[in-house]
Amino acid sequence: MKPHKPIRKFLEKNKVLLLMMLPGFLYLILNNYIPMFGVIIAFKNINYAQGILGSDWVGFKNFEFLFNTNDAYIIIRNTLLYNSGFIIINLIFSVGLAVLLNELRNKLAARFYQSVVLLPHLFSAVILGYLVFAFLSADYGYLNHKVLPWLGLEPMNWYNEAKAWPYILMIVNTWKSAGYLSIIYLAAIIGLDKEYYEAALIDGANKWKQFSRITLPLIAPVIITMTLMQVGRIFFSDFGLFYQVPMNSGSLLQTTNVIDTYVYRALINMGDLGMSSAAGLFQSIVGFVLILSVNLIVRKVSKENALF
Amino acid sequence: MRVNKKSSLSQIMLHIVFILGVIIILMPVILVLSVSLSDESSIFVSGYSFIPEKFSLAAYSFLWQDRVNILHAYGVTLSVTIIGTVISLLITALYAYPISRHEFPLRNFFSFFVFFTILFGGGLVPWYMVYTNLVNVKDSLLALILPGLLMSGFNVLIMRTFFQNLPSALNESATIDGAGEFRIWWQIILPLSLPVLATIGLFNTLAFWNDWFNSLIFISDSKFYSLQYVMQKTLMDIQFISQQSGTGNASSLLASIPTETVRMAMAVVGIGPIVLAYPFFQRYLVQGLTVGAVKG
Repeated sequence: MKPHKPIRKFLEKNKVLLLMMLPGFLYLILNNYIPMFGVIIAFKNINYAQGILGSDWVGFKNFEFLFNTNDAYIIIRNTLLYNSGFIIINLIFSVGLAVLLNELRNKLAARFYQSVVLLPHLFSAVILGYLVFAFLSADYGYLNHKVLPWLGLEPMNWYNEAKAWPYILMIVNTWKSAGYLSIIYLAAIIGLDKEYYEAALIDGANKWKQFSRITLPLIAPVIITMTLMQVGRIFFSDFGLFYQVPMNSGSLLQTTNVIDTYVYRALINMGDLGMSSAAGLFQSIVGFVLILSVNLIVRKVSKENALF
Repeated sequence: MRVNKKSSLSQIMLHIVFILGVIIILMPVILVLSVSLSDESSIFVSGYSFIPEKFSLAAYSFLWQDRVNILHAYGVTLSVTIIGTVISLLITALYAYPISRHEFPLRNFFSFFVFFTILFGGGLVPWYMVYTNLVNVKDSLLALILPGLLMSGFNVLIMRTFFQNLPSALNESATIDGAGEFRIWWQIILPLSLPVLATIGLFNTLAFWNDWFNSLIFISDSKFYSLQYVMQKTLMDIQFISQQSGTGNASSLLASIPTETVRMAMAVVGIGPIVLAYPFFQRYLVQGLTVGAVKG
């Protein structure tokens, strides 16, 4: 009986706080922790009659199966290339946009531009799909009907044209994310001490010098944190962008299929539980290792910028 | 003088850059709006264009005939958004408060309990199995509210940081006055935390309003189609919207649809609420992002 006493005392003392946490705690168990144990599906040959626990273990067979397909190479390549592209392009556009927004002297205009660049962030992937379709529709789309004839080119069936999609998705992603990210950098720039710029002006530094010698070094910590957070998630993609915008077109899979959409398709269309959970687990583990290593690197470079 | 002239020139150039940017951002939205207001026959001839060649409200009057389905979808989305946002804010704030208290002995454990969910997840398949086998949410409003969106680990940690930065003297004096923890949370902490509640509330509202993924994987009964899902179905298959009606004269109805313009009108109907709510959103969005960035 004795060892229980401190526990009971603790429970009594913190009863209210513990009760407050209960809903969130239970939700996290349901939504996050039970699925973590569900990763055993990747090592089993799931048979509905026997249930998850009763099904036979198959070891790494599901993984062997996955990596022996052509899909594995394509989805890993696409995921990595798209995300690296997104990180670099977003960085250039959003930092540039933030610096330019900060240079505007007309505050009313600056607010208006800010509102507009943030707008795409509010749109769902479904709406993105519509906006892109208005340009790319084979029959009446703006590109096929107006732009290409004007350039003297033949209309194309864009939703069958796999080669075009890396560019299309890059443009769409930049259109959607750059403005939102730029506001985060803008907030960092506004927070900088004005005295540096006054001193630089006295020394005759031009705008470019001010940017490269003051602004950039001072917001570097924010840039590094934001970028590394994205690098840590490089194995995960924006599912909506890759599923809704190409309108789930099968002939585009070569260039639009990423790990997230593959897992979804393998689960819903093929019902292949083993292989899709193997792909999902592979993604989670690589993501986990990446986040830990990225954080380790940041801690080495500058401790206070580490994510944890 | 010279400096002034030079800098006003650069200001003009800046404005030109931004106006170009504004045009690029608004272009697709205007294109969609213009198509929805066009006459179908003029589209057959000259395709989609930025200014309606022949103005027509036919698409909207068609959608109005078919309003039962659309209004139903609006109702589903609206209820899910309101219920989901309120519950998720409550749970987030309830969980964040104890782990913000230095006196709470298990705060490190419970913080890590949240944090780990950001680092590692089981993946889509086990997650899907939990929601279909363990708790069967298929074809219910619960499927649109419960999964994934209810609480994100980041939100909890952002709120915890905000709570931690409130002066601890507040807590002490309230405790001396005899207030319990729950009362302190409700009557002192929450009223002081409106900025962070607004920011996270807005992000949750957006997430629920824009969600289509949960519909895609959990919903097959049309009773629970959300607005985004109806929009998605319409984009992929324009006939979807009229098939929904399930009336006897479906085929004659089908023949009368101005398909191209109705499709885009559906998009406008879906974009509408977001754009209308935007001025209200925008203030908090910029504020919230600033708070988040300063913290980061």
